[in-house]
Amino acid sequence: MTSSEGVAPAAGVTRRRRARPGKVLAPYLLSLPAGLWLLALFLVPLVVMLSLSLQTCNFGTGACVMTWHWGEFWSQVSLYHSQFLTSIYFAGAATIIDLIVSFPIAYWIAFYGGSKKNFFLLMLLVPFFVSFVIRTIVWEFILSDQGIVLGTLKNAHLLPQNFHILATGYAVVAGLAYNYLPFTALPLYVAIERIDKTVLDAAYDLYASKREAFTRVILPLTIPGMFAAFLLTFIPALGDYVNQQILGGTNNTMIGTVIQNAFLTNLDYAGGSALSAVLLAIALVGIFAYARLLGSRTIEEYL
Amino acid sequence: MTATYAAAEREASRTGHRAPRRRRRHRRGGWLAVYSWLVIAYLVLPIFVMVAYSFNKVTTGLPQVSFTWNGFTTQWYQQWNNIPGLTQAFWLSIRLGIASTILATVVGTLLALALVRYRPPRFRGKTLVEQTMFLNIAAPEIVLGASLLGLFVTINVARGFTTLLLAHVAFSIAYVTVTVRARLAGFDRSLEEAAADLGANSWTTFQKITLPIIMPGILAGALMAFALSIDDFVTSNFVSGNVVPFPVWVYGATRVGIPPQVFVFGSVIFGIGILCAFASIVLARRDA
Repeated sequence: MTSSEGVAPAAGVTRRRRARPGKVLAPYLLSLPAGLWLLALFLVPLVVMLSLSLQTCNFGTGACVMTWHWGEFWSQVSLYHSQFLTSIYFAGAATIIDLIVSFPIAYWIAFYGGSKKNFFLLMLLVPFFVSFVIRTIVWEFILSDQGIVLGTLKNAHLLPQNFHILATGYAVVAGLAYNYLPFTALPLYVAIERIDKTVLDAAYDLYASKREAFTRVILPLTIPGMFAAFLLTFIPALGDYVNQQILGGTNNTMIGTVIQNAFLTNLDYAGGSALSAVLLAIALVGIFAYARLLGSRTIEEYL
Repeated sequence: MTATYAAAEREASRTGHRAPRRRRRHRRGGWLAVYSWLVIAYLVLPIFVMVAYSFNKVTTGLPQVSFTWNGFTTQWYQQWNNIPGLTQAFWLSIRLGIASTILATVVGTLLALALVRYRPPRFRGKTLVEQTMFLNIAAPEIVLGASLLGLFVTINVARGFTTLLLAHVAFSIAYVTVTVRARLAGFDRSLEEAAADLGANSWTTFQKITLPIIMPGILAGALMAFALSIDDFVTSNFVSGNVVPFPVWVYGATRVGIPPQVFVFGSVIFGIGILCAFASIVLARRDA
């Protein structure tokens, strides 16, 4: 990295040399394919979604006509506000559990990982080598009423025969917490890893106790990591419906299930779009709060 | 997966370890180590269960994995391709993953080059591009999937392989760009200038200097794109129509009962993936 100081003046020289007219377009040509792709298949669909939410659709055929029907938002939200609340509640619970569970292991890998850091990080990523849907199905097997855990405990008479976890909110939160744990642990690890260990030594030299060093040095320095973890765990969990449908049975419906049914089962594109727009708005509030507090570049640093 | 990559990059770019001024008493972390291994065990547990159930006998006669343990068999590994829908879905996912990885990697790398090398006076709209990428990564996936379905329905496009490919590239680009950009950030431009001074034109410079140096970043981005594509359920479920990729097929099967072959596929994919990952760690360590 010693050469990096020498680059700045050199870059100035090239900029002068490269001021040929053809080069002016270079940044735009390089970003054109990606820009067009994101415009056509990310931004335009979002606009279409907002437009669809103001249209009136025929449930049978799925044909929609623009009617500027703002009432759709109100009627959908009043119909499904409890599913929105359930989603926020489940996703929030899973995020808090993940933060608490993964902070110590992120701390341990950062401070005690030594030369095996990459191995431990790989262990955190191990679940990703199995398909998300299969992982969730396996939890259905583990938590099933007569499965390896509950079945064994019931046979040992440690649990009543009618005890069950599947089809409860607990199962959904457990599934969400498991599936998003790596997304919490990794940003936390990155944040803790970045802490300059000499700052910690300085705290000890100034007679900080272990507890004070933790609460007044380490914890404040990991706040950006916690925000990144929150964003990467809470927001996806908010819209998740796989865990809810596989583990939660027909109860505890989350908003993702409602949106999926609106689009794929009922062909109610207007209603589904309105709900998606509201979900996006909820997510955006969190995302903008994050960007305002820490700047939008920081999320990339923690990915 | 980018997180490890970025972390490993940072680790590698660090010039040397500072000597700790104070030795901590517990070199291995004491109770923290025990706790951490328990968390790792918790993360690995479902995978063991999956592998175990792929060897579970079926007594009902129906092609479904049963929740109870009925005895050991290798029958499902011998009959791994007995379920046409599942095998087809698997190969579709592989083809889709390869196609979307190639497209997203090329497009995403070009964008990363633009973002690292040019600033607002020469590159107007850079902030807009960055904010779009940020939004793309941070927005809930169900919103992306639902809005894409809304688009395809509105402009009356039949859903199938093409819509899947368009959607998969759309959600992979930003991740590829972020990954490649991390690698490009530490790039020493004086090497390119040296090549130019020696008379190389810009294409030769790119091909002989830039590309080899940023190749690890591009490969990491490609790996990321492939992993995202092959494991994607939410978006695929919205835009797949009758062409069903692996995760969507498996999800559909949960309503009628999971055939044991699903766990066979899961176990084999896991085995191959983890072997590659360990191989790369061992190779990286030998290089260091």
